[in-house]
Amino acid sequence: MTDLIKLSAADLGGLLADGSVSSVEVTRAHLDHIAAVDTDLHAFLHVAADAALATADRVDARRAAGERLGLLAGVPIAIKDVLATRDMPSTAGSKILEGWIPPYDATVVKRLRDAHLIPLGKTNMDEFAMGSSTEHSAYGPTRNPWDQERIPGGSGGGSAAAVAAFEAPIALGSDTGGSIRQPAAVTGSVGVKPTYGGVSRYGAIALASSLDQVGPVSRTVYDAALLHDVIGGHDPLDSTSLTDPWPSMAAAARAGLADGALKGIRIGVVKELHGDGFQAGVKQRFTETLALLAAAGAEITEVSAPNFEYSVAAYYLILPAEASSNLARFDSVRFGLRENPTDGPVTIERVMAATRDAGFGPEVKRRIILGTYALSTGYYDAYYGSAQKVRTLIQRDFDAAFEKVDLLVSPSAPTTAFKFGEKLADPMAMYLNDITTIPANLAGIPGMSLPMGLAPEDGLPVGLQVMAPAKQDARLYTFGAAVEQLLETHWGHTLLSRAPALAPLEMFASEEGVL
Amino acid sequence: MSGITAEQVAHLASLARIDLSPEEIASLTIDLGQIVESVKKVQEVATPDVPATSHPMPLTNVFRDDVVVPSLTVEQALSGAPDRDGDKFRVPPILEED
Repeated sequence: MTDLIKLSAADLGGLLADGSVSSVEVTRAHLDHIAAVDTDLHAFLHVAADAALATADRVDARRAAGERLGLLAGVPIAIKDVLATRDMPSTAGSKILEGWIPPYDATVVKRLRDAHLIPLGKTNMDEFAMGSSTEHSAYGPTRNPWDQERIPGGSGGGSAAAVAAFEAPIALGSDTGGSIRQPAAVTGSVGVKPTYGGVSRYGAIALASSLDQVGPVSRTVYDAALLHDVIGGHDPLDSTSLTDPWPSMAAAARAGLADGALKGIRIGVVKELHGDGFQAGVKQRFTETLALLAAAGAEITEVSAPNFEYSVAAYYLILPAEASSNLARFDSVRFGLRENPTDGPVTIERVMAATRDAGFGPEVKRRIILGTYALSTGYYDAYYGSAQKVRTLIQRDFDAAFEKVDLLVSPSAPTTAFKFGEKLADPMAMYLNDITTIPANLAGIPGMSLPMGLAPEDGLPVGLQVMAPAKQDARLYTFGAAVEQLLETHWGHTLLSRAPALAPLEMFASEEGVL
Repeated sequence: MSGITAEQVAHLASLARIDLSPEEIASLTIDLGQIVESVKKVQEVATPDVPATSHPMPLTNVFRDDVVVPSLTVEQALSGAPDRDGDKFRVPPILEED
């Protein structure tokens, strides 16, 4: 029997469709693996084992009755805890929402259910998606499956670790400044931030509304494309949702597997997003990947985006400003925590302040205070207003670059996974880590991270970031699938097949034919 | 330095309705000073001729038809409330008694 947890979502979908395996078997295999490894890893905040098996059983019954279901029907999926689920707690990694079960599903979650996917549970994240390491989760960090002393990236470290550790074939993430792409890079998995407005945010607990975007997390580019097709498209419940018709991302990914798919593609290397400050092994794998692309017929040129240097500064004004407004909803009245002040009169204002003190962690407080400052009378133009102007300049840099090239590439992150605690004491050091991913969010364009090797000095995964013009998400999938095929042919294996085994007992058992 | 004072941080905390401890105010004063010093770099290129962008994909007048659609029931809306009184959210007094 094949090890079901090692299969891609696409392959599982094939086996489910032809009746080789049942969704209950596939779901149980993943739940067993979660039970074996997640005590250490802590990718999940909530595992819905019974509900998942019951849903799987219903999907099996529909198939048995002869119903033709979608390509991912019966395939398990993990859901980032930022998304509202009517049958599971939705905390966004915060104590202020501990145990909260929303009365409705996020649109993307509803679409998963409609396509008969099997929600396994909710994945860990930095509180309200503020962070690059999951160290800011109120429920403790997630560990990187490649090295458990290191961060899995953030904010969506739980979703990335879950797919990298074979706890789920695919997952949902959200990306405000890199929260899908950077965790993908440091865990050797794939993550896509769609075009702003390409995927509904209805039911996604808001961080910064002009930047947030929901997207797929997976082990292969094709799986990300299949999931994108399920969750994408217009949603009347999200006023920022684009009404454009979208091509099939799965078809776009399949097109990338054709011979000569890379021939003549114009690739721009962003001068400002590699070089100084980037780890040697990251630079080395990036240079090698560019050489492979050139050998496969891609035209590589360097492009300059001079204003990217201001992107982190702009982002850390815009994000806190929007977050300070969005998080005003946590007021102890309608849902979430209520905490009374320890002394003095119990008025609603004092209860609100006591609740927000008790319910928010240090990074959330830091960003709310920063955002409140940036929006204050007398400072608004100098900070928030200036940051919005930088946003225009960054869009212009992208426009100029995309006049010359089809796609832009850079390393997905300046370094491989860093150790827990390494950047915790210095907020600016943590923020600067987002330099590669932030520009795409500021401009609203789509971006993907896929594995491009292991850094020689530490043996940890390195990610390639690919960016396309707004609404050209399909181009990312075609190119991403082509690059993935090129690299895996070159290596002779997938990157994740090199990851250390997490459950030695399980491994011995399967080697001895017990499982 | 950007000259962020503890008094300013305490004022911001009261605007943001977060009951910060003196220790939190002290450490946030340092953090905020450093972050503001770093992010004010945006002013170098934010010249008057550059228009501001508030939204990456500008959309205007996103309306739907003015028809009644299903919404949350009272029970659903109150399902996460910390306290309730019948069909209403129950809150502490708004005004302090003298």
